[in-house]
Parts: sequence; C-alpha cells; structure tokens
Amino acid sequence: MAIPRPISLNQSAPERAALRDQNNGATAALADRRATAALPPPLPADRLERVEAWGMNTSVLAYVYRPSTAEGIREVFEIARRHGRKVGLRGAGRSYGDASLLAENICLDLTRMNRILAWNPATGIIKAEPGVTIRQLWQYVIGDGWWPPVVSGTMFVSLGGAASMNIHGKNNFKAGPIGNHILEFELLLPTGEIKVCSRQQNSDLFHAAIGGFGMLGCFVSITLQLKKVYSGLLQIHAFSTRNFADIFREFEARMDRADYLVGWIDCFARGKALGRGLVHQANYLQPGEDLNPAQTLRVENQELPDTLFGVVPKSIMWRFLKPFARNWGMRLINWAKYKAGSTLGNHKTYRQSHAGFAFLLDYVPNWKFVYKPGGLIQYQSFVPAENAERCFTAQLELCHAWGIIPYLGVFKRHKWDEFWMSHAVDGYSFALDFPVTARNRQRLWELAARLNEMVLENGGRFYFAKDSTLDGKSAAAYLGEERLRQFFALKRACDPENLLQTELSKRLFGDR
Amino acid sequence: MATAWKRALVVGASSGMGEAVARQLAQQGCQVALVARREEELARIAAEINAAAGATLAHTYPHDVREYECVPALFQQIAHDLGGLDLVIYAAGVMPRLADEEYSFDKDKLMFEVNTLGAIAWLNEAAQRFARAQEGTIVGISSVAGDRGRRGQPAYCASKAALNCYLESLRNRVGRYGVAVVTVKPGPVDTPMTRGLDKLPLLIPAEKAAAAILAAARRRAHTAYIPGVWRPIMAMIRAIPSFLFKKLNI
Repeated sequence: MAIPRPISLNQSAPERAALRDQNNGATAALADRRATAALPPPLPADRLERVEAWGMNTSVLAYVYRPSTAEGIREVFEIARRHGRKVGLRGAGRSYGDASLLAENICLDLTRMNRILAWNPATGIIKAEPGVTIRQLWQYVIGDGWWPPVVSGTMFVSLGGAASMNIHGKNNFKAGPIGNHILEFELLLPTGEIKVCSRQQNSDLFHAAIGGFGMLGCFVSITLQLKKVYSGLLQIHAFSTRNFADIFREFEARMDRADYLVGWIDCFARGKALGRGLVHQANYLQPGEDLNPAQTLRVENQELPDTLFGVVPKSIMWRFLKPFARNWGMRLINWAKYKAGSTLGNHKTYRQSHAGFAFLLDYVPNWKFVYKPGGLIQYQSFVPAENAERCFTAQLELCHAWGIIPYLGVFKRHKWDEFWMSHAVDGYSFALDFPVTARNRQRLWELAARLNEMVLENGGRFYFAKDSTLDGKSAAAYLGEERLRQFFALKRACDPENLLQTELSKRLFGDR
Repeated sequence: MATAWKRALVVGASSGMGEAVARQLAQQGCQVALVARREEELARIAAEINAAAGATLAHTYPHDVREYECVPALFQQIAHDLGGLDLVIYAAGVMPRLADEEYSFDKDKLMFEVNTLGAIAWLNEAAQRFARAQEGTIVGISSVAGDRGRRGQPAYCASKAALNCYLESLRNRVGRYGVAVVTVKPGPVDTPMTRGLDKLPLLIPAEKAAAAILAAARRRAHTAYIPGVWRPIMAMIRAIPSFLFKKLNI
C-alpha cells in the first residue's frame, strides 16, 4: 500500500485533490468536484482575541502579537506579509474609538515593549520604549524632581500611543501637546528600516509620525524632555462659572498666569445657565514654596487613594454609579456636583499632588463600566477661540433639542502646534461623553454628524484618539487636501505595501 | 446579536436549504459567504442576491467540503473578507440513492465525508472562533433521519446521528462562552436531494424550511424539528422498541 503523502496549501488545487484521492484510495464520487484556489496559510487560531475600543462602543477580532523587541516587530511585519494580512498598531488601547482596532488582521500590541532605556536626572531627558505608560514614566522620575510635561486624564496610556495621537493635557494652552517635548524618536518602518527622527533629522517624518495615528511606522524608542518640578504638589484654585460666557471670560483672564486650566460643564443645565460649570486652575510651586519637597515628591505620596472615605473600595464604586447611568440619574449627579462646587467648594484654594490633579479619570477605577453594555463615545471638538463660544453653545442646544444629553462635559484651552495631523487650534475644546445604547446608536451618530458640521463651519478640528463618528469628507475638510496629499505621499514612502491600517484609517482615509 | 446578523457563512449554499437560507439572510441585509462545490451555481445565486439587494452582499467561495485541509485557511479568509462572522450554517449534505439490497462503501463514505466530516471540519473552526469571541451562532442542518436507524439508508442515518451527537457536544463545549449551537432536524424538504424520491410525508418547500431554520437560530434553540410536528412524531418513533421497529418499514 502506498504511503500517504502530506497535503498542503502550497500545492495546487488539482494536486491536492489527486493526492487526497490517492491517499484515501478513493474514487471521485462527486462528478463536479472543484478544489479551493490557493489561499494564504491561516494564522494560528489561538492568536485570535477580541480587541475593544476603550469606550466599549465597538470591538473586533484580531490576531494579537505582543513582541518585546524591534526584531520581534519586524517578524510580525513578515508574518503579515506571509499571511496576506495588514497590521494595526495598538498601545495601551486607551483611544475611545477605533484608532487601535483592525478587524480580522494582525493587532501589534506594544505593551510588552515597556522598558526605560535611559534616564538622566540632571537634564530630565528620558528615553523609553513605546509600551511604557505615563504611570511608569512619572513613577520613575518624580523622586528626582521631574514630571511628564504633558499627561492625559488617565495615566494608563502608553508613550507610543501618546505620541501617535499627540496627546494633550490640561496645560495645552501653555505646554502644547506631548510632541512639543519629544526630542527624538526611532521609527521602525514596515520595510524593516529604522529611521531616527528629530526636528533636525528627518524633520518631515518627525512632524508627521507624531500625531500620525500609527500609519507611518512603529515607534521603538521615544526621547522626551521632562519638566522640572520643585514640589510634589500643585497649588489649586477651584471656582464655579455660571454659564458659557462666564467660563470663557475666566479662561481668557487666567491663561497667562495658570499652568493648568480645566473646566467641567454641567451639560444638563439650560437657558441662562447653559454651560455652567466648575473650573480648576493649577500652578506649579516655585522653589522654596514647598518646605518639604523630598516628602511630597515620593511616589507613595502621589498615589490615588484606593478607598472612598477610607472604607469603600473604589474598585466597586462603578457598581454604585451604574443605577444613575440614565438621564435622570446623571442630571441629579451633575446638579449635585455643580451645587457642591458652587457653594461649599467655591473659590477654595488648596494643594494637591500632581497625580491627584492630573489623573481625574483614574479616580474611580473602571468607571466606564457604568456605560455597559453599549459603552460610550467621547465627542470632542476643537474650535478657534473667536468661534468657540458660539459653536459650543449651539452644540449643547442641539443636544437638548434632540434629547441626547451628554453625561459629562469637559472644557479646555489649546494652542496651535506644528504637527501635520494636529487636532489643536488656538482656541477651545469641548469633550462630551455620550452613552451608546442599541436604541440610540443610530440617532447619536446622526447627531454627531450635525455637531461635526457645526465644528467645520467654525474652522474647528477633531482628535483621532477620541473620534468614533467622523467620515472621510469631514476629515478632509479640516485637514485640507494639501496636507493629506503630503501625509499619504510620506506613507507610501514609509509603508509602500500599505501594511499599517486601522479601522479609523479605513473609515477616514480608506480611499487614499 | 441574535436578531441582527451582519455576516454569515453558509456551507452548502448552491441549492436546497443552504441556498434558501442564504437568500433570506441577504434579504435581511446580512452579508453572506456562499460556500459550495458548484462554482457556476454559486455565481448565479450570488448575482441574483446582489442584484436584488442592489449591493454586494453575497460572496462566493467554490469549495468541496471534502477538502478538509483547506478549511482553516478558507474559513479565515472568509472572516477576513466579511470583516467578521456572526453566524455559520453547515447545510451541505448528500444522500445518494441506495437500492434495497445495495451495499456501497463508496456511497457510505461519501455521506460521512460530506454530512459529518465536512461539518466537523467547518464547525470546529466556527466553534473555536466563536468561543474566543464569546458570541456567535452555529447551525448544523442534520435530519430527522439521525434519530433512528432506518433500513433504507443505514449510512445516511448514521452520518446524521453522528452529526447530532457532534453538535450536542459542541453545544456543551462552547455554550458556556455565549455561543449558540443549533441542531436542525428537518423532515423531508423539497430540494434537489429529495427530488425523485417517492413516499415523502409532510414535504415542505426549502424556503419554508429556511425561514424556520433562521427562526430557530434566532431563538438559540438547542434542537429544532422542521416543521415542528416532527418533534412529537420522532418522539414516538424513538419510543418504538427495537424488536418492533425492525418489523416496520419506516
């Protein structure tokens, strides 16, 4: 009897059919048999994982690879080529929408590339891998009297993600985005080449890859200039504002003397109170103002408390908040927060740790679970100062008219920056958290489309880390054809096979 | 999810219940991957579906389910092309004519290859994927013939009985991850497989069977007899003792 010979997809279809019959000793019982055309070999099924947007509003299945070295990343690009797949880069997965998702392809998760490569406490220059989180970063350096110059509202973003999205903080009007503080980075292109980029070297790539939403290559190291601090504390001034006019006035008046400014808006208030909120201004302490900086700069004196009132574990807090995740509940919470802040807490000054002030989103762990099962989107738009009040007023009024009211509104001041795909303007941003449900999803996206129109009419911009609702036409409208032509010409040079994609890139730029 | 499938895979979509199910899914706006041997038939069905929808909802993948070694790559390719998968239906099945005194190993083997082993090859892939996704619906089109060993079609009955047992095991294996595994047991359905056979009780059109199959999948039924009257009938037939059953020409 003949020895069975192996059958593989490398063989042509008729060869496979003949071999199978030969191996089985079978006659072809089906007259009209056809073999499947040669396909790329399958990826290992055990790599398949559900990968979710941070806002839980969408998820995909993807083949996840977690390399820990640049060589490992090169191998993943090779695997993608061999298997006919694309690659979506993902850091800590903190983007609210689909910026780090790519369905049915390879998800290149960089969280294992999380080493600090060099740190100089004399100059405050740090070199780190892209999977290092802001949390790792500040905990590593604060004891030496340094703090990341720009941080997001959560400390769990990765440095690679932060650079790809060019994140901003509550000090954007002063410090600009994180890209302003990146001195140099190494970018591994899908071709396998590593490009060293700075303002002097490969300047175009430097300004395009920062904020380039993972389209040009994969950061393998990022060198950052940190901010010298003389205390682990910030001086805070909290006060309330009665409406949009009031908050705009306060921000304009305080911009010059504040290091950080952030406004919270009670989106349920209407009429004369539309846009009412609470503002927190923070300033660094100058040398000598903190009598014991060695103590306040200790990591343990920065950590957020684990419990509420010293007893209730914060990790279960979202369960208590869940029953309020509906209009009446959120109206009540917003009202109570405003009332507390505008009476008891109005014009309070106090000192607070850097971490305590910066990472508001980390106060209640897993707070996003309040929005289960449909998740949330954060709708954030950036509008030039001269049009911002008019635009945000109209946006909030439209939300009320449609009966879809954001559960949270956050207000910040920004300034122009030099990066190609920047979201920033010399103006203001308004970020709105909307719950997503099976019932409201379609209408919410329709509302967002209307809000997008308002932003574009007012010369505004959008932010890839937050976006879920934009379409290609709107993206082109704010970025401009010339900019897009430049960016995608650079992409073709860095990534000639168009290996790097995400659901976001397909949604906004799929036809480029 | 259960009421709004967006991406479905139908194996055995070139005729009969598979074709009818694919057409109905597309009518509901679902993208469908059509898998079957006959390329021309698939192309014709896909063209009709797409013309009716005014969009490309149907995609064709000519494939002989006995090419087991191709299934993992093809399954992945389909998931890739559709951008995901919510529903997998295995509807491929054969029942070659068998004369009263005929014993044909070739025919028996073919039935096991198409009705059982092909199903295992495809649904293993589906189960593995859906378990990792923690959602999804798997439908295996079996037959009432799998409930009892009838004298007319020993291997057909056995192939469907094996499929029933496989589907039940699969349900027990992946049900805990939120995956629905539906065993469909149709009685006689008017399809190319049954045409020319006489004595077919309660024969229903393939379109009616397809609607019932999708309804069962939607309610995540364990086992659906189609039409439902077959459930009590088969309960009675299963209850007939062997010594009596062998004397009946059922």
